[in-house]
Amino acid sequence: MGFADNNRLLNVFDLRTSFSADSFALHAVDNISFYIKKGEIYGLVGESGCGKTITALSIMKLVPPPGEIVGGHIFFEDRDLATLSDRDMEKIRGDRIGMVFQEPMTSLNPVLRVGEQIEETLVAHKNISKEESKSRSIELLRQVGFDKTEKKYLQYPHQLSGGQRQRILIAIAVSCNPSLVIADEPTTALDVATENKILSLLKELVSGYGMSMLFITHNLNIIKRLGQRIGIMYAGRILEQNIVDDFFNEPLHPYSKGLLASIFGIKGNEKRLKAIPGSVPRLSELPTGCKFHPRCSFAMPLCREEEPPIREIGNEKWVRCFLYQN
Amino acid sequence: MGKMLSVSELRKVYEVKKTAFSLKKDRIKAVDGVSFELESGKTIGIVGESGSGKSTLARCILLLEEPDEGTITFSGNDLLHMGKHELKRLRKDMQIIFQDPYSSLNPRRKVFDTIAEPLLFHNIIKKKHVKEKVIEIFKKVGLDEDFLDKYPHEMSGGQRQRIAIGRALATNPSLLIADEPVSSLDVSIQAQIVNLFMDIKESTNISMLFVSHDLNIVRFISDEIMVMYSGKVLEMGEKDEVFYRPLHPYTEMLIDSIKGELFKKAKVDTFDFNDGCVYYPRCNSREPICSKEMPHLTGEKEHMVACFLST
Repeated sequence: MGFADNNRLLNVFDLRTSFSADSFALHAVDNISFYIKKGEIYGLVGESGCGKTITALSIMKLVPPPGEIVGGHIFFEDRDLATLSDRDMEKIRGDRIGMVFQEPMTSLNPVLRVGEQIEETLVAHKNISKEESKSRSIELLRQVGFDKTEKKYLQYPHQLSGGQRQRILIAIAVSCNPSLVIADEPTTALDVATENKILSLLKELVSGYGMSMLFITHNLNIIKRLGQRIGIMYAGRILEQNIVDDFFNEPLHPYSKGLLASIFGIKGNEKRLKAIPGSVPRLSELPTGCKFHPRCSFAMPLCREEEPPIREIGNEKWVRCFLYQN
Repeated sequence: MGKMLSVSELRKVYEVKKTAFSLKKDRIKAVDGVSFELESGKTIGIVGESGSGKSTLARCILLLEEPDEGTITFSGNDLLHMGKHELKRLRKDMQIIFQDPYSSLNPRRKVFDTIAEPLLFHNIIKKKHVKEKVIEIFKKVGLDEDFLDKYPHEMSGGQRQRIAIGRALATNPSLLIADEPVSSLDVSIQAQIVNLFMDIKESTNISMLFVSHDLNIVRFISDEIMVMYSGKVLEMGEKDEVFYRPLHPYTEMLIDSIKGELFKKAKVDTFDFNDGCVYYPRCNSREPICSKEMPHLTGEKEHMVACFLST
């Protein structure tokens, strides 16, 4: 877990983000650790409510109150974002870390032309003239796949389709040439064909700009096509970390196996999907021990009592499961 | 095997104003000349993306939307030319399950009452026996008796969808229309509900229309697949035919995307067409002829396609 490892752009270490009220605290993100290497796409996958979006917001220091980061470190480019002041964080957001949100319909300002919205970020972070920022915006529009860029520059968000708006958001996210882009379910609201195009665009940009990307999704299929490494989140924890190809061949955690079986287990003649029984626990009603044990078909008495620690399986692979302890 | 449902040349056009103040209206063909037949005991899966008209088609069949043209024949009855009372009698034989189990259940009503209501409304059972019947339905959809007195907000999404399925099955319908019944559920819960549909399919002789944007789920549950795009049927046929030998470029693209295949370089979208194929603007294998007219659905019943390049 070396902070000194030069190859690691982002190193999240024991991060804990909690939402607290008078008498209790819910840990939406509970001691998670992972890192993203330079030039890599890291897929963070989980079902709704598992804490993946809160992880992204924690890195950006945008967790809505009463939520707050209560522990751990977020090392990014020689600094610990977890302890950074709001003022210093403002310089990093948009400039060093770009973000693409899920909902392209609501994340653009409806009364500003899209060109102005791209320039806004540029002007805030780069010391450049009006003409420069305009020509840079138009160049960005071209890079994200528009052809009539001068015309697009003057349009308003409502004149664009969902896929086009998402392209604008991507242009804003990469406008300052950040080293990390966080994409939170960027294609969930889009159709399959549009999704394909947005994904190939993101992939192109990552390699073109030499950026790294944290890609958050509930869709394993996307990570299969896009990512290099994958983390599986459940109830605020990362249960497994793996290399994408290895994960799809041989997932480690029973939850990962269940997820894969319920999606990919469809061979021609099977009569039923291998469903994971039960449902995702609420944060306020988390079970003791391993958070997955009530739904796990391999659960042992130990799983009910203790939470399994991280067990390294190989290079860049680990799992939180007692099945792998010996 | 009789025909349970037969739909012919169904059309539904919506008129929408171009902008808030304009007098000019755009005509949006939500369902544009769709014909198909559903045999009893079979399931047809309807795939397509949002805006393809698949939900409108489902709603038109149940007359939740009034179609503009076409005929719908349900077990020998012409639905578009029926009296109110006859239609009410038929309603118990055709039921629907909606996408969102949060908004499709009455929040102020216990789930027991939600399921009891159709039983009493259609005089299927006497009031004193209704509890036994509801418990039986609960068992069928995989819920135990503890849930009888709960309200929807006390239940998870998967459990609510089980209630919605129970309500639909209560009247013992011969046709069940499921409109995206699993897409609002978590991945691990989707599989449970898909399995429940399989149980229902096997234990009853129900005919189903299963509407979804997820080809994987549709393939699992259906006997036949119908691919819709922009109100038109682009491809239709037996599920293995469509899945393993797709003929339409759109179907191919859908299948590639669920296999997790790497992308092919996509052609840029074009809007240079008027009367051509509805998929022309986004098609990767488009030819000049495709911009001239919309191809008809042709081929044997096992596998039909509307594409110039596959015939």
